[in-house]
Amino acid sequence: MREQAMVLNTNPLQRIPGVAVMLVLLCVVFSLMTPGFLTVPNISNVLVQSTILLMLALPMTLIIMTEGLDLSMGAVLTLTSLIVAIVALATGSLLLGLLAALAVGIVFGTINGWLVAVVGIPPFVATLGTLGMAQGLSLIVSDGQSVVGMPAAVRGVYSGTLGGVPLPIVLGLGSYLAFHGLLYHTRFGTYIFALGGNREALKFAGISARRLLILVYALGGAMVGLAGLLMTARMNSGHPTAGLGLEFDAIAAVAVGGTSFERGNGWLLGTLLGVVTVGVLRNGLNLLALPSSIQVASVGLLVIAALFVDGLRSRS
Amino acid sequence: MTDISKPITGGRMLLSDEMIQVFYRLLAAFLICAALTILTNSFFSLGNILNVLRQASLLFFIASGLTLVVLTGGLDLSIGANVAISACIAGTVIHQTGSPTLGVLTGIGVGGAVGMLNGVMVTALRIPSFIATYGMLWVLHGITYWYMGGETMHGFPAGFRQIGSGYFLGLPIPVYLLLVFLAIGTIFAQRTTWGQEIYAIGANPVAARLSGIPVARRLLLVYTVSGAMAGLASIIFLARLNSAEADIGESLTLPAIAAVLIGGTSLFGGLGTVFGTFVGALILTLVLNGMNLLSVNASWQPLVTGVIVILAVWLDMKTRRRAA
Repeated sequence: MREQAMVLNTNPLQRIPGVAVMLVLLCVVFSLMTPGFLTVPNISNVLVQSTILLMLALPMTLIIMTEGLDLSMGAVLTLTSLIVAIVALATGSLLLGLLAALAVGIVFGTINGWLVAVVGIPPFVATLGTLGMAQGLSLIVSDGQSVVGMPAAVRGVYSGTLGGVPLPIVLGLGSYLAFHGLLYHTRFGTYIFALGGNREALKFAGISARRLLILVYALGGAMVGLAGLLMTARMNSGHPTAGLGLEFDAIAAVAVGGTSFERGNGWLLGTLLGVVTVGVLRNGLNLLALPSSIQVASVGLLVIAALFVDGLRSRS
Repeated sequence: MTDISKPITGGRMLLSDEMIQVFYRLLAAFLICAALTILTNSFFSLGNILNVLRQASLLFFIASGLTLVVLTGGLDLSIGANVAISACIAGTVIHQTGSPTLGVLTGIGVGGAVGMLNGVMVTALRIPSFIATYGMLWVLHGITYWYMGGETMHGFPAGFRQIGSGYFLGLPIPVYLLLVFLAIGTIFAQRTTWGQEIYAIGANPVAARLSGIPVARRLLLVYTVSGAMAGLASIIFLARLNSAEADIGESLTLPAIAAVLIGGTSLFGGLGTVFGTFVGALILTLVLNGMNLLSVNASWQPLVTGVIVILAVWLDMKTRRRAA
């Protein structure tokens, strides 16, 4: 099994079909069924809306590669989004809002990493616990109310452009490139592959697996802080339940993108395609006037299907 | 997770050790009661204590089935969403047919069917249980919201409502159901071959398979029971609230997991008791009830539950490590 994982690592192209075929298929189906799908404004809309998801799915890929999981991302996103809104409202400074959100995200990520790596609690339970904590804190800091009346600069983050390209897409692409560089072109990235695939080797190389794991989760927290800024900018307000459940879309994107839950091999480009696939699925169902509840159920089925295929692959 | 040094008949052999674990937890529950009696005027009243018992029994129904799943080393994250869909469909059946019996059977049936699907995903499709049931959570969530379309169901027959809010000889009906299921669950887990096989699977799945236990069939049973218990809980919830919305019971997943873990069932499988889960449900209910009586804002409840989950696992790992 491990040998096979190595082979897959060296030739990720082998896996392009799965997620790419699914994406193309969805696009074809939706273009045939609704006239509004294959238009430049709609596609651009899908991509802009997918950026928040991408910012969660990128670190989620790394976390899943370490045979971990972060169920708290949606709840922490809600909290960081509220922090951006509250700090921006109080100080009028977008930068202070972002810094506060990054700090809160990193604190939560570090707690997750510490619980998983040092205390040894299984990741899905540790992050379920911090999910509850973040959800509770969101209700407490907002008193259950929306935070409105943002300075104009906040809205600009989502609606602004840089050289004609929407700012969210610039941020999303920047994040992707940063993660790509980190995972494939640094020693840190190599260690992450080893964390999932071969922890023994790390030990012999004198690398602290614990510190590495904490770093991976903390990086996730930082990205959730950044995504919180986009979230607040998108809604032009902070809302105490806004991001809840978004971790599921992120896990879906990673699973559809071909990252394995059991063998520690991840594929970042697959995650990118997975994010777009989830975005296209939701957008298409939306255009077909199906309620968001059906979208949620479809994403659930997508995950189960992707994991089933992953299970088949690991057995063959 | 597959620690070979663990005895494979964990349930019966470690019963005395388990008893000590449960005793500590009963002591903790007692101390919380004593503290709340001193700190508040309203805790030590018959009305409030019956209220705590009823709440604890609701939590116990969901958590008892979950206990079996956790004993096998798995997890069922779909139980809250399962309560929601079972309650909504059972509610519709009662409204359409006017028959509470049919409603009860529907609720338990829907819950059990969902649980069986979980079991199929875990055994036949070999998807890790936490992620399979997590996917199921969102599938159920979507279906329930679509099915209800933002509507609320009200007004169920008075006889049906007795299940959740009625009294018999001064005690709430759910408390009697609690005693029945506590007895069934304990006897099943400790005194039947199937129950012992569940412990064996959790303690060491490889050894369990090699010793001829039909692992897949037992797992299927355990997930189905967990779903059916969520279905039963949905009925009692429905009868208690006398109304159903798409989000009924959804927030119960974390408290149910907390009850199991506080009760001393190990996340790694093979260790724990159904009675422990009852004590866990009681402790969590006492803490939340106490916060309520001390006028702590309800917003703090998920935060406290989250902290308790993590503390419970941490404590479990610490004590088990010392014992090993």
